[in-house]
Amino acid sequence: MPPELLIEAIVAGLLLGCFYAAMSIGLSVAFGLLDVPHIAHPAFLVLGAYGVFLLGQQGLDPLLAGVLLMPLFFLLGLGLYRFYHAVFEQHSDAGLRGLAFFFGVAFIVEVALIRAFGVDQRMVDAAYIGTSLQLGDMRMPTRMVIAFAVALALTGALSLYLSRTFTGRAIKAVAQDQTALALMGADPIRIKQWAFGIAMGTCALAGALLIIVGPVEPGLGRLYIGRTFCVVVLAGLGSMPGTLAAGLILGVAESVVLTSLGASWAPAVAFGLLLLVLAVRPAGLFGR
Amino acid sequence: MSAPLLEVRGLGKRFGGFSALSDVSLRAGRGERLGIIGPNGSGKTTLINCISGSLRNDTGSIAFDGREVTRLPAHRRTRLGIARSFQIPRPFASMSLAENVAVPLEYVTHRGSLHLADVRGEALGILGEMGLAAKADALAGTLSQVELRKLELARALASRPSLLILDEVMAGLSALEVDEMLAIVLRVNERGVTVIMIEHIMRAIMRFSERVVCLDAGQILAEGSPAEVAADASVRRVYLGA
Amino acid sequence: MAGAAATVLAALLLTRMVENEYVFFAGYVVLQFVVLATAWNILGGYAGYVNFGSGAFFAVGAYTSVALIQAFQAPLLVQVVAAATVTGAMGFLVGALTLRLRGIFFSIATVAIAVICETVVINWSFVGGARGIAILQPDTPVGFASYNRMLFVAMTGFAVLAVGLARFVEISWIGRGLRAIRDSEEAAESVGVPTLRLKLAAATLSGALMGVAGAPFPLYMSFIEPVSAFSLNYAVSALAMPLIGGTASWLGPVIGAVLLGTVQQVVTVTISSELNVLVVGLVLVVYVVAAPQGILGLARRLSRREGAGR
Repeated sequence: MPPELLIEAIVAGLLLGCFYAAMSIGLSVAFGLLDVPHIAHPAFLVLGAYGVFLLGQQGLDPLLAGVLLMPLFFLLGLGLYRFYHAVFEQHSDAGLRGLAFFFGVAFIVEVALIRAFGVDQRMVDAAYIGTSLQLGDMRMPTRMVIAFAVALALTGALSLYLSRTFTGRAIKAVAQDQTALALMGADPIRIKQWAFGIAMGTCALAGALLIIVGPVEPGLGRLYIGRTFCVVVLAGLGSMPGTLAAGLILGVAESVVLTSLGASWAPAVAFGLLLLVLAVRPAGLFGR
Repeated sequence: MSAPLLEVRGLGKRFGGFSALSDVSLRAGRGERLGIIGPNGSGKTTLINCISGSLRNDTGSIAFDGREVTRLPAHRRTRLGIARSFQIPRPFASMSLAENVAVPLEYVTHRGSLHLADVRGEALGILGEMGLAAKADALAGTLSQVELRKLELARALASRPSLLILDEVMAGLSALEVDEMLAIVLRVNERGVTVIMIEHIMRAIMRFSERVVCLDAGQILAEGSPAEVAADASVRRVYLGA
Repeated sequence: MAGAAATVLAALLLTRMVENEYVFFAGYVVLQFVVLATAWNILGGYAGYVNFGSGAFFAVGAYTSVALIQAFQAPLLVQVVAAATVTGAMGFLVGALTLRLRGIFFSIATVAIAVICETVVINWSFVGGARGIAILQPDTPVGFASYNRMLFVAMTGFAVLAVGLARFVEISWIGRGLRAIRDSEEAAESVGVPTLRLKLAAATLSGALMGVAGAPFPLYMSFIEPVSAFSLNYAVSALAMPLIGGTASWLGPVIGAVLLGTVQQVVTVTISSELNVLVVGLVLVVYVVAAPQGILGLARRLSRREGAGR
């Protein structure tokens, strides 16, 4: 492959990778920190995308729509975790049943979207969609650059929140030692609930990015199961900076494969990388 | 002087940045009764987990009955003769008590000769020793705290260990129940089983142990006879506060 | 053993007595799900490790048959044995990779293997690729009115085999070890159960049986293409049927498969096939929440209450 093509693929991959990190950051919290087998996370990304689409039909800018939907998704996350905790977390076979539950939820979300919107692809319109920017010798789609910037901001903000604020640090603490946290007077269940709400909230903005970057259709979630779990596992469970690094690695890998082997092999990259990580270093890059 | 049954050398274990055990060495002789004490978080359970194989130690070595076992998975160590009970009992909740005890019987004691063994009869016998024979067919998930502790013990004994490690097996029991447990464990020791007991209940440790080791912050603080360790200034400080 | 022979005999008699071809069509599907659900339960119900990619094992079994048919017109039995070998190896490989880790990693790996297998098949023109391929049914064997009726009896035999194996595993010391792993893996390991080895064995057996379920599929449909072969419905049904029937015993998957399989046939024919998928998803969630032990569990609870003399 000629070097200019490779460089272009890498730059495109970096933009893509940051976007993948934003897609996965909610899962990094829900699964990485809280140990919830939230295999329905990608389905909620798609749900967020469709929410943005709906608001877009009213003329709302997708990014704005994403931000507006965040509180709604936050509440949804609170409720979902409440339910999950009450029904599943108390039992010894929480693993199997919890997993089956979220699998069913993902399923229901997907089919509900099919019933509501049909299987056709949906898109949004904005000033930055459809144009491209000149970066030195390369032309990059503007929407990718926007997605890159927003994703960086989202990941950075969440990372800061978790390390600087009291609640954020409590969330990290509850991942390490629930009992100790309880002894210090904080209610671990409420903290986990709050964290799950935040994780779900990111799905709104990430969903906006999803529909900005490309058209969406209800089955898209399944494609992102591989990508998001790949990023979260490669990152090392619960590491926010790891999520960014892992996202970038996946983005570049996919971009290079796309350029050299073609589109039909791209879906296998995330899963292949995931299996590789599981085989070689299951703890990930920054694993606990 | 015969070789020790268990020899732990320079054991170290870290969790991320936290050092749970550093340079811990101890030994247990055949038939000995060793007590381990220490405040919460001092690494007692981590030590047990490393010896039994539930956790892999980072540094150091563990030798059992003359063999290096550091690399062996837990189930292999059990087959060699190490058994343990868990601090928070982990019964096989969906199975009956008899089935719980049958598992080690089938996987350890009678591994080569299953078709010849009367596993159920033997399981009932072991449960009977603990006073649980009447509940042999009850589901393990329905037991009371002290019954769960006894089941842990029964399961550990079913694999016919030469080393039995008990992790706070008497926690939360009444004085009468503590005496009951102590009597059972002493009986087991009389049969030649080496017993290592981790406990917070001082009178149990003092009555039971021939030798006591005190752990604090992942390191050995003091070692000696029960009286010696009880009188040790640093032990008293760690237990009664600075 | 007697029950097994009787069941196959009954199936044989059925093919002679019943006129309606559709009965065998639908019956084959239900029997296929009995094998799939039973296979899933060996690893999922007994040991507690959830396979989300059952569709891949099923489809790989089917495509192994296709490859053999295309290569040298292999007879059905050879197809089935080959399929079982391939999918058994798949189960072993996925297990070897992930069963050392927590359960969810195994589940994610099964999703990964499903996508990877589908991608490979789509790009493989020898077995038809994305467009699919038509399969010619060989001559109807003597004694049967149609080839499909023969397949019906064959699948009955496979179902009996699968259930027999599951039952053997369940009541033996192997089953006790698996249940110990499910209840508390750490405790199981510490009382001498070789947890990794047992899990690998269960994963291999489970995978192999799923391949058996899929092997006759191309002949049955006379056509195969990746989208329907790798359909999500197989993955979800393989999960839902044991959960509905009860995962604790070999009877659960059978009950679940018969119930849900029949409901699916009715819904597909009367309403629509995509709604069918939604129904399964809903049923799954409801059952997981409300009746965690499945129908068998409910029955057990009811009988215990009556026994207590209410």
